[in-house]
Amino acid sequence: MTTQAPRTRTLRIGAGASYAGDRVEPATELAARGRLDYLVYETLAERTIALAQLERRKHPEAGYNELLADRFYSALPHCKKNRTRVVTNMGAANPAGAAKRTAEVIRGLQLGPMKVAAVLGDDVLRYCLNHADRLKLMETGAPLSSLEGQIVSANAYLGADVIVTALRKGADIVLTGRGGDCSLFLAPMIYEFGWREDDWDLLGKGQTGADMVECGANVSGGFFADPGYKEVPELWNLGYPLLEVERDGTIVVAKLDGTGGIINRAICAEQMIYEIHDPANYITPDVIVDFTAVELEEIGPDRVRITGGRGKPRPEQLKVSVGVLEGWIGEAEIIYAGLGCLERARLAEKVVRERLRIGGVNLQELRIDYVGMNALHGEASLPPQAPPYEVCLRFAGRAREKRDAVKLGREVETLVGKGPASSSMPRKHVREVLAIYSCLIPRAVITPEILVTEVT
Amino acid sequence: MKTFHLRELAHARAGDKGDTNNIGVIAYQPHYYPIILRQITPGRVQQHFRGIVQGRITRYELPKVHAINLVMEGALGGGVTRSLSLDPHGKSYSALILTMPVEVPEDIAAELMLAGRRPL
Repeated sequence: MTTQAPRTRTLRIGAGASYAGDRVEPATELAARGRLDYLVYETLAERTIALAQLERRKHPEAGYNELLADRFYSALPHCKKNRTRVVTNMGAANPAGAAKRTAEVIRGLQLGPMKVAAVLGDDVLRYCLNHADRLKLMETGAPLSSLEGQIVSANAYLGADVIVTALRKGADIVLTGRGGDCSLFLAPMIYEFGWREDDWDLLGKGQTGADMVECGANVSGGFFADPGYKEVPELWNLGYPLLEVERDGTIVVAKLDGTGGIINRAICAEQMIYEIHDPANYITPDVIVDFTAVELEEIGPDRVRITGGRGKPRPEQLKVSVGVLEGWIGEAEIIYAGLGCLERARLAEKVVRERLRIGGVNLQELRIDYVGMNALHGEASLPPQAPPYEVCLRFAGRAREKRDAVKLGREVETLVGKGPASSSMPRKHVREVLAIYSCLIPRAVITPEILVTEVT
Repeated sequence: MKTFHLRELAHARAGDKGDTNNIGVIAYQPHYYPIILRQITPGRVQQHFRGIVQGRITRYELPKVHAINLVMEGALGGGVTRSLSLDPHGKSYSALILTMPVEVPEDIAAELMLAGRRPL
């Protein structure tokens, strides 16, 4: 273990990714020009880890982020040169496999010596299966054992503490599986500044900053532009955000000069509220965050200072994300255009409904959308001003058996030739449903393990 | 009083957790915030989101940033991962909330119209 005096200088943490398939280049630019102490890649949505578990079942070496090598080949030379450490959940369902691949990249680039740490222990599938009668689903209150589908994964949201331990072991790169997204950013703050792991207000401030950047460019111009109302310069050239953290928990969110995008109070407010429920009680594995007194202040171009975050003691239990195979979804769409297109689309809907009935296709739920009219908001949509010139008729059905989902697509496909006149060629698609449920387990159940690889 | 779309007074972002959607609604100007507090109530939102929200709507206030957070249960077709919707996360609901009509007092209406915004 390395021990060090708490840092007094500003800590710079870059947000290099916010989902599994996120772009590679912006993180590399942050690593090259951001004067970063840490580069964080957050790549796990709720469902990503369950998908990765399925991937690992098929290929035991796989199950980590498939862009890991691409990301590291381009960013690690800069990280090594600038002494930037990397923290990421790209380990997904296989942190040890990810560490092995990372070591290969380091050797390939001759960047050694470097230490790579893999954090294990978030996989609690066995525990959940053994206690399925007692663990309650947060969604329904019924026990896990009530689920009809096949449970294929269960991963607990680990906290920052285990990442801090990996950093204390001297890791240059920390690869985790499931954890709290914000914990990836909080861990370097705790480690560098020597924050006590029960200084709830300080941890609350740290998590407020982490929450601001855990969705990457969503705070620097992404998913914000609305022409005439909210303008974003050079949206195509978004700079990904970075945090400048002070020891007292004051945080500035900023981005690199010369990049597109925008960081102002408005976008920070949007991002702060994004995917939270009660703003006075945002639950993370490390601290319960209170955002209600947070103040956002524009202190320069594309620079916002965040103060006023607070915290309460961390929860006793950890949330678990449970992946369940629940059948199949078939989708198909066809477009009608010209005068009377809506009437032809409506007739096509009736034809498909009747043929599904005649064919005895067994769907648990069928949804039909008129894209261009009300596909996203249904009856809540504003009424149309005029008949549409074209409309996309879209079918989606969920079935227990794959063959029923396939049959839905076929019945839409045969609308060409056997349905109303004058349409596009249909498109169809079938996928397996991997549903996600949640439950809570006691912290004591988890025994995290850290595997350190020294790459010479 | 004049009626405007909420879009002229506020911006919004929506997100998901399971079958719950939340929308942050943020006033463009601090003096628009009381209008939002008065008129964007859970009851009116429930009516506006007819056919979408099956469960309860809870509204939280964040006065320091002139925002409310609307938490809508049963709003995502049974959950993001099994929904048949083209927008399983409900990310486009931020656009739907901004179509809500709001009554605006004359002085603020004049201010909005000076900025090129049109009443309904």
